[in-house]
Amino acid sequence: MLELFRNPKNLGKIKDADASATAGSLACGDMITIYLKVDEKTEKIIEASFESYGCAANIAASSILTELIKEKYLQEAWKISWKQVSDELGGLPSIKLHCGILAVGALRRAIRAYYKNRERPEWLPEELTPEERQALEEEELMNILGKKMRAVSTKPSEKEV
Amino acid sequence: MIGNLSSNLRALIEAHGRPEREVYLDLENSGLIFEEALNELLKSYRESGYGHPSITHKPGWSSLELLLEAKENLLSFIKARDGEVVFTHSGTEANNLAIMGLAKATPNRRKIIISSIEHLSVKFPAERLQELGFRVMEIPVDDEGFVNLDYLSDQIDEEALMVSVAAINHEIGTVQDLRAIADVVRDKDPETIIHTDACDALGRTPLDFGKLEIDIASFSGHKIHAPKGVGALYVRDGIKLEPIIHGQLSSQSLWPGVENIPSIAGFSKAIEIFRENFDNYREKMKNLRDILIGGILSQIDDAFLNGPRGDRRAVDNVNVSFLGCEGEALTVELSLRGVYVSSGSACTSRTLEPSHVLLAIKRPYEIAHGSILMKTSPLHGEKDIEYALGQLVKAVERVRSIAPKGVV
Ligand SMILES: Cc1ncc(COP(=O)(O)O)c(C=O)c1O
Repeated sequence: MLELFRNPKNLGKIKDADASATAGSLACGDMITIYLKVDEKTEKIIEASFESYGCAANIAASSILTELIKEKYLQEAWKISWKQVSDELGGLPSIKLHCGILAVGALRRAIRAYYKNRERPEWLPEELTPEERQALEEEELMNILGKKMRAVSTKPSEKEV
Repeated sequence: MIGNLSSNLRALIEAHGRPEREVYLDLENSGLIFEEALNELLKSYRESGYGHPSITHKPGWSSLELLLEAKENLLSFIKARDGEVVFTHSGTEANNLAIMGLAKATPNRRKIIISSIEHLSVKFPAERLQELGFRVMEIPVDDEGFVNLDYLSDQIDEEALMVSVAAINHEIGTVQDLRAIADVVRDKDPETIIHTDACDALGRTPLDFGKLEIDIASFSGHKIHAPKGVGALYVRDGIKLEPIIHGQLSSQSLWPGVENIPSIAGFSKAIEIFRENFDNYREKMKNLRDILIGGILSQIDDAFLNGPRGDRRAVDNVNVSFLGCEGEALTVELSLRGVYVSSGSACTSRTLEPSHVLLAIKRPYEIAHGSILMKTSPLHGEKDIEYALGQLVKAVERVRSIAPKGVV
């Protein structure tokens, strides 16, 4: 994992990417953007990259995920779970699982973005998948936490039982 | 499972290789002992402090002598005219004893007042008491961490059990005006007890408990380059506390068990060293602090200092935020370069919330996540600080290069 932090694979923006998407936010302290370049005919991912504002585990998770999906069909990439990402890294500690969740969330968003102006294939569910919802929940949780903490920090608080 | 984890750790440590220099600046979280304090600990284990100080034999009396000397040493360093010192197993334990022990001894007063930037070893016991029916009031601070005295004054009444404000804040180095705080409290209600967590103040700022109207104060050994796992609580005469842990009688009424005499002897030695070199050390820490802060702010874009400046800031505290540079990643990057620091980022707090101190001084989330905490010490030299600065410049650049552009 440290090696991937030190020498991440697929780091940086793809200028003429066919799709890109971000999960997380600056406020929650974790943010991943995934870029995809896709072969129009075969729907195979020819190039994948990422940028990350986050901890070392976050960078490693994004790096390994972009490795995993290279040369894969979008349909196959869609199926990758955060569990797989975690396993690939030798098991993310539980406190860092959300890093894997965010990375997969960003990837699925990017795949959806790819089909935004194209016909939606059958394998791509209309509804959000549990993993996408998890990424959303993760973001919401942190936003709520953010608001709560902000409220606490800006007004004198009286805590009562 | 543990085998797996420890082999991962081994790989992690070995991946560091041999950095050009190693500079340990994470003194907030521990590390670095005075050689003389370590020798004192060893001598005590081997010769003079292995016996139980309340048993009637020579090794016992010898241990008791060390224990009493250590108490005298601390009392004289903080210029206390009366009162007692009870040694505990940590600063955390001292804070718990102060708060829980007071609540047990005076159950008819139900309000506990702490500042919103207290160390978790003050905040959490207060919150525990809240679950038991006490009320906890958090006093807001300004954007440099100074407590709002008007708000404090409004909270003091005959319901108030205690006020607890750290003499120096552990994260942003705010040197509180303890005298003004005590005046405000005494003015409204002379019975309200005043506690200060002085773990980070000992040796960094002059403490004069002969003049200060402070009733209880906590100290921690490893914050002054003494052994870990030893702390102390100063309790003024006339203040009633109950022990919070129970067991076999010791020579100290507020703390049961076998006193850790060797660590206490090491603590006492470190106190002596700080007392003898007080002005000198303060000057040195401040000089190194200012080199580091000045260098960071002039050489790194979008860097912000958290906490006050100049003499209102602890002589050793450097807390800076780098926009667009996540703090935990920066601690790892710096570790690979031999510079050891900690961060207020959510990722290092193990709760996914950034530091409550940075949020209390109204730092935006982005700034809290990108914060780095370092402390200078008498054990550092200018070369160490210059090295750390050089590596910091490179590390911030690298971590920023990974982030999505447009973040800064
Ligand atoms: C202000 C403050 N209070 C309490 C403590 C806890 O002391 P200890 O580590 O000895 O439990 C620390 C130590 O980090 C501290 O900085």
